[in-house]
Amino acid sequence: MDMPVPNAAVIAKKEHVVARLAEVLPEGAVIHDPAETRAYECDALAAYRCPPMAAVLPGSTAEVAAVLRICHEEGVPVVPRGSGTSLAGGAMPTADSVILGVARLNRVLEVDYDNRVIRVEAGRTNLSVTGAVEADGFFYAPDPSSQLACAIAGNIAMNSGGAHCLKYGVTTNNLLGVTLVTMDGTVVEIGGAYMDAGGYDWLGVICGSEGQLGVVTEATLRILPKPEGARPVLMGFDSSEVAGACVADIIKAGVLPVAIEFMDRPCIRATEAFAGAGYPDCEALLIVEVEGSPAEIDEQLGLIKQIARRHDPVELRESGSEAESAAIWKGRKSAFGAMGQLGDYMCLDGTIPVSALPHVLRRIGEMSAEFGLGVANVFHAGDGNMHPLILFDANTPGDLERCEAFGAAILKLCVEVGGCLTGEHGVGIEKRDLMGVQFDPVDLEAQMRVKDVFDPGWLLNPAKVFPLEASAGRRAG
Amino acid sequence: MMRPGTEAELAEAVAAAAGPLRILGGGTRPVGRPVEGEALSVAGLSGVVLYEPGALTLVVRAGTPLEEVERVLAGEGQRLAFEPMDHRVLLGGSGVPTIGGVVAGNVSGPRRVQAGACRDALIGVRFVDGRGAVIRNGGRVMKNVTGYDLVKLMAGSRGTLGVLSEVAFKLLPVPESVATVTLHEADGARAFEAMTRAMKSPFEVSGAAWLPGKGEVHLRLEGFAGSVAYRAGRLRALLAGPGEVTVETGAEANARLWRAIRDVEALAGHAFVWRVSMAPGAMRAGLRADLDRTARFDRVVDWAGGLCWIGMTEAQAADYAPRFGAADAVAGAIRFHRDLQAEMADPELGGGHATLVKGPEALRAAVPVFQPEPAPLAALARGLRAQFDPRGILNPGLMG
Repeated sequence: MDMPVPNAAVIAKKEHVVARLAEVLPEGAVIHDPAETRAYECDALAAYRCPPMAAVLPGSTAEVAAVLRICHEEGVPVVPRGSGTSLAGGAMPTADSVILGVARLNRVLEVDYDNRVIRVEAGRTNLSVTGAVEADGFFYAPDPSSQLACAIAGNIAMNSGGAHCLKYGVTTNNLLGVTLVTMDGTVVEIGGAYMDAGGYDWLGVICGSEGQLGVVTEATLRILPKPEGARPVLMGFDSSEVAGACVADIIKAGVLPVAIEFMDRPCIRATEAFAGAGYPDCEALLIVEVEGSPAEIDEQLGLIKQIARRHDPVELRESGSEAESAAIWKGRKSAFGAMGQLGDYMCLDGTIPVSALPHVLRRIGEMSAEFGLGVANVFHAGDGNMHPLILFDANTPGDLERCEAFGAAILKLCVEVGGCLTGEHGVGIEKRDLMGVQFDPVDLEAQMRVKDVFDPGWLLNPAKVFPLEASAGRRAG
Repeated sequence: MMRPGTEAELAEAVAAAAGPLRILGGGTRPVGRPVEGEALSVAGLSGVVLYEPGALTLVVRAGTPLEEVERVLAGEGQRLAFEPMDHRVLLGGSGVPTIGGVVAGNVSGPRRVQAGACRDALIGVRFVDGRGAVIRNGGRVMKNVTGYDLVKLMAGSRGTLGVLSEVAFKLLPVPESVATVTLHEADGARAFEAMTRAMKSPFEVSGAAWLPGKGEVHLRLEGFAGSVAYRAGRLRALLAGPGEVTVETGAEANARLWRAIRDVEALAGHAFVWRVSMAPGAMRAGLRADLDRTARFDRVVDWAGGLCWIGMTEAQAADYAPRFGAADAVAGAIRFHRDLQAEMADPELGGGHATLVKGPEALRAAVPVFQPEPAPLAALARGLRAQFDPRGILNPGLMG
């Protein structure tokens, strides 16, 4: 993975920059000892590492603004960091950069049930947002699987999704306002507890901009009343084509499940060996969950089972209790852990049109043989967001490179069939150099022009999202 | 009027333009400051590019009539969940609304509270920027975080950053059944209380509107028949108190009622109409007492109190004018507009924005039609326009 050559002039003035940062931050909030900056050398894409020049942990919007103003004046690149759970290298630093961590910004500022919003500082973890309102019967809908650890700031930067987004949407559909600090230290208030923007849709473009347009310090999020209940049905099929057709029929029938999860045979076998959830040994397995009152759930699951029966399932198991629901979800929830038992794996994140599912699964199987690496598929079938897990051995020379090549081939396939490189993890450094597969130079140019407006000097997380050669001229400036 | 028939011709027309362009779909939504420029119609770019009912996705050329889109979707029992209003009812006019116009205005109806706005259903765009370059963003899948989201930026940018040539949507199935629970004789306090209670319930209300003129609060439920009946019963119990509660389950009656709310029919005869977006709680508190006391106007309240349409007749506006030494209805409306936007800018009220949706050209030319943005955002907006339209030829001045 190429990263830009660090700016020697910036590294040379480290002491000066650190001293200036220490002037505007409380004691302990500036980390510059090389032994300590290592803690920030990578995020969850741990294959790539580089300690930053320094890391800062501001505790207020004013402190964030002060930090950015100094770095702007000094020409120091800044890499914003939430909880460091990015699977795409979104928070990976360069040797000449300052990591701006928002972890200390974790307070709930306001809970407003009448307007169904919560305002939090952006370093607060995703799950603890729901935690702040669930006793009163509310929840925050986006639920990325890292939700115990991941920060709202990172969710906004990556426009994170989750298992329930088929019904509730992703971060951008649940974000109503932000306090944003741009690279020159300007504090901008956008949106609020109301439902649409007056002028341009600033929230729309900030959400998913991977920390390249500004640092979000506070966010107003939509909260929803919890449904009365939820219950899944599990179904197994002899072929993934049939499972795919069943998904399409469920969607067409007008049921709006809260989740439709898909697992293929390699994944089913791995989870069975690991968790023993009692899944059938079949080619494709679906877990479909619906919400509502007990009677509403019965009505929807009845219809779903009726549709499933038309596709000759080898197994059809409706949950009748909390315990049965937990048993059905047990395997799915342990899928990543189960794959980890088999060795190292790389988790991909492409999205495809649901109709292309059988073709893509077949091709992935063929490519698995070509590359000589095992692969298992587990994904959100309702929206076509795939997470193929490629197995490799990090200790075998050449395996990681083969795995990367296989991953790139799968993502290219996703684009080829009308999908995209990343559905919810983001581009970061991981898919940066594949952007040319999905976009023409003119499309990337249009996106980079937006960054030019927010951050003309390209100091904020500059080596991400765009292929390095495409952004080279701008970053040099 | 220029009327290209293909995206390539559209790009050529923009690239070759010698001066400002006035971008049109069906021309049924003349909202914003009047634009001086050569008319460029996108209506020639028409037709469905791709429709996959099983994937709930539609890709369609921007000039396609909205009616055609809705007809095609209805054939498969699907729809655009965001329920775009037909501005012809409020603004008059006889053009054919296009899907591109809907996107350019981010036009979203009562179901916004549950299913999201137009920008939430929009998953892909193709557009021609001010240089004449064709740019793609998003795609045809629901989950996509590849690169910046210019899709949402284009929604609601009213042709000032680019001319839409193609748009892609996430769709939803038309539910089997619909019912509206109506609370009668509701004053402001009762109405907001009822809407807030309904939205805080788990019953998935897909429309919550108050028609002050009739004293009615309407709460819509959609889904499978059994579920709708169950939720209607629960909601009815939730609203028990002063004021009769009725339930309407007829499909036709429901369609009529929500179309009327969507299209703000109650204010169709008013000369001046504003659209105010605020937090429901702030809306409930009402406009500043001085404005409430001094101005006479009519309202339609949607989005569970988050959206308020304010209508003034000529007589009502003229009545507002003399208090401030103004001479006529337009002068009164100008004064009211300024007062309204000043209230929105007051942070103590929690923020929001007011847009003049209907008024004569003279009025729209005299005031900032859209809520002026705080200085840092206004600077970013200028920066964006300079990047996407360096010659300043795309609907210049329309958004201020």
